[in-house]
Amino acid sequence: MSTMMKVARYQARDVVRSRWLASYGIFFLAVTEGLLRFSGGDARTILSLASIMLYVIPLVTLVFATVYLYNAREFTELLLAQPVTRRRLFFGLYVGLSVPLAAALVAGVCLPFAFHGFDEAAQRMMLAALLGAGAALTMIFTAIAFCIALWCDDRLKGLGAAIGVWMLCAIVYDGLVMAVVAAFSEYPLEHAMLAMTLANPIDLARVALLLQLDVSALMGYTGAVFQQFLGGAIGSLVAAAALSLWVAAPIALGARAFGRKDF
Amino acid sequence: MIEARGLCKRFGAVDVLRGLDVRIARGRVTALVGPNGAGKTTFIKSVLGLTRPDAGTLTFDGATIGNDEAYRARIGYMPQIARFPDHMTGEELLHLLRDLRGGDAANEWLIDAFGLRGELKKRLRVLSGGTRQKVNAVAAFLFSPDLYVLDEPTAGLDPVSAGILKTHILRERKHGHTVLLTSHIMSELDELADDVIYLADGQVRYSGALDALKDSMGHVNLERAIAALMLKEAA
Repeated sequence: MSTMMKVARYQARDVVRSRWLASYGIFFLAVTEGLLRFSGGDARTILSLASIMLYVIPLVTLVFATVYLYNAREFTELLLAQPVTRRRLFFGLYVGLSVPLAAALVAGVCLPFAFHGFDEAAQRMMLAALLGAGAALTMIFTAIAFCIALWCDDRLKGLGAAIGVWMLCAIVYDGLVMAVVAAFSEYPLEHAMLAMTLANPIDLARVALLLQLDVSALMGYTGAVFQQFLGGAIGSLVAAAALSLWVAAPIALGARAFGRKDF
Repeated sequence: MIEARGLCKRFGAVDVLRGLDVRIARGRVTALVGPNGAGKTTFIKSVLGLTRPDAGTLTFDGATIGNDEAYRARIGYMPQIARFPDHMTGEELLHLLRDLRGGDAANEWLIDAFGLRGELKKRLRVLSGGTRQKVNAVAAFLFSPDLYVLDEPTAGLDPVSAGILKTHILRERKHGHTVLLTSHIMSELDELADDVIYLADGQVRYSGALDALKDSMGHVNLERAIAALMLKEAA
């Protein structure tokens, strides 16, 4: 087994036993179960679930991962003193943290669905898209948490930065888009809007998801532009590609910072 | 075994190491002493490759410490703060290290000497600080490496456990292992060390045999000899 997998396995075992992770999984279990009972498992259930996930996943991932990494500082140093390369160690720690978070989400959402039974293939596709977007967000924001914890030695500042990143992506960004639309309403904004969608992973995940669910009315300004310009299939593809890029970029940045840092 | 020449390291506006020249001899116990902020931990971290020096050379058995990680298989490191993942057990920690090192752990003597078998099955979070420090020591000594790097090894240990650890350090030395350790307890270093390196302001102020230091300062114990050295520095 590779060094990376060894580190990831032991770390994942530690993370899985954390009460916070269990609460996170149970939260999604309760929300999904509630939505299934009240709205009966159609597209609306998935949509409601999606809008909750888009806020909760980045927030919990950022805070949990940042706190975990600050607590694991001494342990990381002990591992760095072993005959392992920094690169392998980084990826081991990353996988060991992001995979349990994603697994808690998937298990929490899937269990109620499995219990209530899937109605049709289309529903299954929607659920898969939802979980795919959720997993991508988990991977992106775990990597951002690594960057924050590596960049900033002060844990209080780091935690502040994590919450700041969430506020920016989840709340402030929408306002920013609206402000741009209002200020430049005289101009053709389609391309600028496309660019703005691609620049925020939460926005991007939302659009990718809604394109998949085919409910353009709920997509908002950026989503409508996205569909108009890129159509259904191509739009989904572009969104998925951009999301993958969003996963890769912070991971690469984190790996670089980990390789250069003085511990 | 370790040789540093003109080692410099700056953290922000602070010069932590300022042209450190030092040699650590094989098969001896070398004590690293000096006031807080003298650069002891930074030097240790440089030896482990955790921190990269800005200038100067640092070699381990003649090979420059750089990007090749293999030399760390020959080092057992005991960090100053024994802090581990909350939900990991001691056994899992040792298994992880064993997996990363490859090869079977040879030296479990400390586990039995500390009576730690039962404690290792518990999660590390529920252990007392002293017990965690014992696990920390076990981890460093598990693989009988050529070089031990021990940062305040007896901090938090009760006198009996500290005695067991010191006995073990001396026994490893007798078997030809090299030890580099820091401590603020001078009597302990008096008992263990062959050589002393005294650091202040990121530079070596004294490096040589413990007995020679005592002789030159005219004191029979290390604490007074170091105090005399510090006073001489200040004068």
